[in-house]
Amino acid sequence: MTRVLLELRDIVKTFGSVKALDRASLTLRAGEIHALMGENGAGKSTLIKVLTGVHAPDAGTIVLDGKPIAPRSPREAEQAGISTVYQEVNLIPTLSIADNLLLGRQPTRLGWIRRRELVRRAEAAVARLGLEIDVTRAVGACPLAIQQMVAIARALDIRARVLVLDEPTSSLDEREVASLFDLLRRLRGEGLAIVLVTHFLDQVYAVSDRITVLRNGAFVGEHETSELPRRRLIEAMLGRDFGDEADARPAAAAAATGKRLLEARGIGRRGLLSPIDLALSEGEIVGLAGLLGAGRTETARLLFGLEAADSGAITIGGQAAVLRSPRDAMGKGLAFCSEDRRAEGILPHLSVRENLILAMQAGRGPWRLLPRREQDALVDHYIRALGIKAPSPEAPIHTLSGGNQQKVLLARALATQPKILLLDEPTRGIDVGAKLEIERLVRSLRERGMSVLFISSDLDELVRTCGRVAVLRDRRKVGELAGDDVRPDKILSVIAHEHDAA
Amino acid sequence: MSRLSFAATAVVLVLLFGTASWLYPGFLSARVIANLFGDNAALGIAAIGMTFVILSGGIDLSVGAVLAFTSTLVALLVTRHAVPPLLAIALGLAIGAAFGAVMGAMIHRYELPPFLVTLAGMFFARGMAFVLSLESLGISHPFYRSAATFGIPLSAKATLNAPALIFLVLFAAASCLLHATRFGRDVYAVGGHEPSARLLGVAVGKTKIAVYALSGTCSALAGVVATLRMGSGNPAQGTGFELDAIACVVIGGTLLSGGVGSLAGTLNGVLIFGTIQIALVFDGRLNSWWARIVVGALLLLFIVFQKLLARAASRRA
Amino acid sequence: MSTTRPDPLHPDPLHKLRAYFAGFPLLWPLVGLAALLLFNVVYHPGFLALEVRDGHLYGTPVDLLHQGAKGILLAIGMTLVIASGGIDLSVGSVMALAGAAAALLAKRADLPLVAVIVLPLLLAAIAGLWNGLLVTRIGIQPIIATLVLMTSGRGLAMLLTGGQNPAFDRSGFIFLGNGHLLGLPFTIYLVAAALTTAGLLLRRTALGLFLESTGDNERASRASGVDARLVKTAVYVVSGVCAGLAGLVATSNIKQADPIRTGEMMELDAIFAVVVGGTALTGGRFTLAGSVVGALLIQTLTQTMFYLGVPPPIAPVPKAIIVLAVCLLQSAGFRRDVVGLVKRPIRR
Repeated sequence: MTRVLLELRDIVKTFGSVKALDRASLTLRAGEIHALMGENGAGKSTLIKVLTGVHAPDAGTIVLDGKPIAPRSPREAEQAGISTVYQEVNLIPTLSIADNLLLGRQPTRLGWIRRRELVRRAEAAVARLGLEIDVTRAVGACPLAIQQMVAIARALDIRARVLVLDEPTSSLDEREVASLFDLLRRLRGEGLAIVLVTHFLDQVYAVSDRITVLRNGAFVGEHETSELPRRRLIEAMLGRDFGDEADARPAAAAAATGKRLLEARGIGRRGLLSPIDLALSEGEIVGLAGLLGAGRTETARLLFGLEAADSGAITIGGQAAVLRSPRDAMGKGLAFCSEDRRAEGILPHLSVRENLILAMQAGRGPWRLLPRREQDALVDHYIRALGIKAPSPEAPIHTLSGGNQQKVLLARALATQPKILLLDEPTRGIDVGAKLEIERLVRSLRERGMSVLFISSDLDELVRTCGRVAVLRDRRKVGELAGDDVRPDKILSVIAHEHDAA
Repeated sequence: MSRLSFAATAVVLVLLFGTASWLYPGFLSARVIANLFGDNAALGIAAIGMTFVILSGGIDLSVGAVLAFTSTLVALLVTRHAVPPLLAIALGLAIGAAFGAVMGAMIHRYELPPFLVTLAGMFFARGMAFVLSLESLGISHPFYRSAATFGIPLSAKATLNAPALIFLVLFAAASCLLHATRFGRDVYAVGGHEPSARLLGVAVGKTKIAVYALSGTCSALAGVVATLRMGSGNPAQGTGFELDAIACVVIGGTLLSGGVGSLAGTLNGVLIFGTIQIALVFDGRLNSWWARIVVGALLLLFIVFQKLLARAASRRA
Repeated sequence: MSTTRPDPLHPDPLHKLRAYFAGFPLLWPLVGLAALLLFNVVYHPGFLALEVRDGHLYGTPVDLLHQGAKGILLAIGMTLVIASGGIDLSVGSVMALAGAAAALLAKRADLPLVAVIVLPLLLAAIAGLWNGLLVTRIGIQPIIATLVLMTSGRGLAMLLTGGQNPAFDRSGFIFLGNGHLLGLPFTIYLVAAALTTAGLLLRRTALGLFLESTGDNERASRASGVDARLVKTAVYVVSGVCAGLAGLVATSNIKQADPIRTGEMMELDAIFAVVVGGTALTGGRFTLAGSVVGALLIQTLTQTMFYLGVPPPIAPVPKAIIVLAVCLLQSAGFRRDVVGLVKRPIRR
């Protein structure tokens, strides 16, 4: 093959007590498109940020063209020839395309920006991508696909030799993705090394030459794309050799169908989730499987009224329900634990007790404050029942570990005595012990007749916990498995698109 | 979107001025126009600095107090300590710049909210003005006497006086700085989206500190202009001035969230503000407090207008 | 501005000390107040002396409470607004507006006293509702939304009075700001009543919890079923009513309306009282008691300046310095810099 252009070797990066990168590596050759793969938290974004000078690594080396480099800022990385287009398009929406393209590098004479030269150079830069747009328009007024192209044009205009694209296609439609890939292939032909971070498997196979897989911050393997079957790729990402063996399923996970509690027909929202059907029965745990961005979180948010559905209907307990806000949903006996603990879960500076009783108290309304003694009893009960480790019920919740915070949030949901519980990644980012405890707890809820929607990226966990598993892909429901079919390998083949993949 | 905002302010200005000219005989004259610039020079100068701050996503509540401090300082130095006026003015401007830079540094380095830091700055500068002198200080100096009579005649009765000229020259210079230099683009970038600006390589900290230093300088210059107009330095003047300046900037179509707006819009805003004041004088029936109500109403109107525009824009995208 | 959060990378040498004080957030404001009082006592031994004249209690401590009443009333409302993550710059103007309305009503002998008191408070509540709706429905940042009323509120007040400062002679209303009850100024009872009401409403119902949760994390509160928008609207209404009450007291004090001077710069004193009292501008946790101490501290400072013969216009300088110092001490970045200066970094 062609020569190695850039090598990141054994990069280590810790944030506080979290090891985000633990000997991650990546080798790039000139004239290739290299996909960087991994599940959430695998360290892809952190690795990219180390490469582009946003984070300084704690250990490890970066070698560009045989010379070690240590970029300390995005600007230094750009000067070295490494340009990045970030996940959220990082442009200034209020400035024109031309200003964005050449920010900080405007052609000047005696300190004055040469307006005409600026426009000319901007036009040349977008023309290189085969775009014909008015470069004096504000970026924010352009469609996302154009913004993406502008970001790439900016990255290339710095005579880049390495182009990093972090999730470039997540907001593009098919046609736009196709034209982006045409562009990438052309740039590959010009000798550029391109790193593509994406979670769309189809796209990886459509455009990349080589794949590097990260897991838990560590390098797992590098493969030629043509020689790595989808299934092996997913196994590498999820960190498990699934083979064909059926996992032993606890009896508790077996399907038990009582009365139908919730039925959603064709609920969806444009740009968020294609209409899907979903039903939950009494004493049943239904799993939602799929890769990152497949639409699992969106499903839960629609059901809980955090996003308004623009199609479909929901019936709860046989009656039509309109869920416009979480309050509506809670009134119908739903409870929800968000995957985003920081943004949508904890009240960081309030105590464990206050965090725990909040939802229940919101249900009672402002005037009927639960007497302090009953609050303490309730909090005591949940601290013991869930094994929450806190210095005291009055400690601010941000002083607790992630797993214990998660348990408090679970307790918050349970304290409302819901009939239907929506759990979005309840075990993400917490230690193994806490994870198993939460799984056990969820199974015990089932025995009490509660109905649970369980979202998880961990297939084993789904299999251990759920009686039925619905699988989503590309914001669409693509299958549902029940009974003996709930096995990691079966779920995997639905996720991997194995039956209809080319 | 910024063009639409600007067009709206221009229309308001023309309508206001037209209505006033139609209602009050003698309103449409070179003298009124010259006064419009002369009377509002200090406000206009402060509004120029404020435009930079708001464009960068911040706010500066200290402008009125810095104006009062500088005018008192200059008057004190010239009358009590026989400092040459130009030196006193230079010193005043330098202190204004340093004061702004310190506030900017606190805002940037210690991530304190701009409104709080500049609010404390306002208290501090206002108090210090009174430390210099508890009363208004009249300035009598040949330089000031000649400055008071200096002007460019527009017609037999109308003269563009020194404050008006300083305002116009500063406006031209600031427009060049904002619209034709890298620094100006950086200001827009920081206010447009600070994290992106950082990733795109803009020196965010330097830009923010520079913007507050610039605003401090402008406020100090407004104080100097006030001494030229009044022939005195007064520690009590300019209360509520910061709000007038903010109102002018917002009415001029600059978004309070930062990143969108122009100095030409601010000029419009200042002229709208001035036209309302002069019209009230011409009318004689309406009292001066109407000016405050009308300015408040216009402020609200433009804020809501901007919100609606932003909403429409996000729907299109 | 971030509050204290343990940072494993930068162990805090003051950790133990801080942990000890964390259980008693009122400590620093109280220490500040005590230091200021002590200074006064040393400088002017009669400072804390009380005497009974005509059956009324007189002395500086009583004066502090009486003069500080307006500041405390404003600080109550401002504490709630700041706890919700907002700010209310319009309180001074709302004081003037309510005062103007009250003076006009007080002149009319045919109106019952209740109307003279209640109608201006209603007006102030409407002003607060207006602020709240601008923030929650139109989505304007609180600083700007309340700026509108700050600029035009005084104009409206002058519109009401026709630019005059109408005086009145209505004994019932004058009693509000000048009367004595059981030997103490009536304003002290008024403040006590307002504080008790606020305290009961916030701590004996779930309103305080909803307010703190909304200010701490609005999205999470909404996801837990709290009507965050209603909470945010309500705090501006409360702040308006508090400002209205302060405006009534101010107007009653001087027995006439004064749209220009009533409540001038009071919004700043109120914000400063809250910040000095220990409620973070980022919202969430609040302490009413802290704000009261903060307001008293600012009032004492003003009084101290007066005793020292410092002209009143210079009084803002120490206020500004104290507030900036408090904010800097709360800033993690500043503490890091100071700690870095004290113990030089160990070079590897």
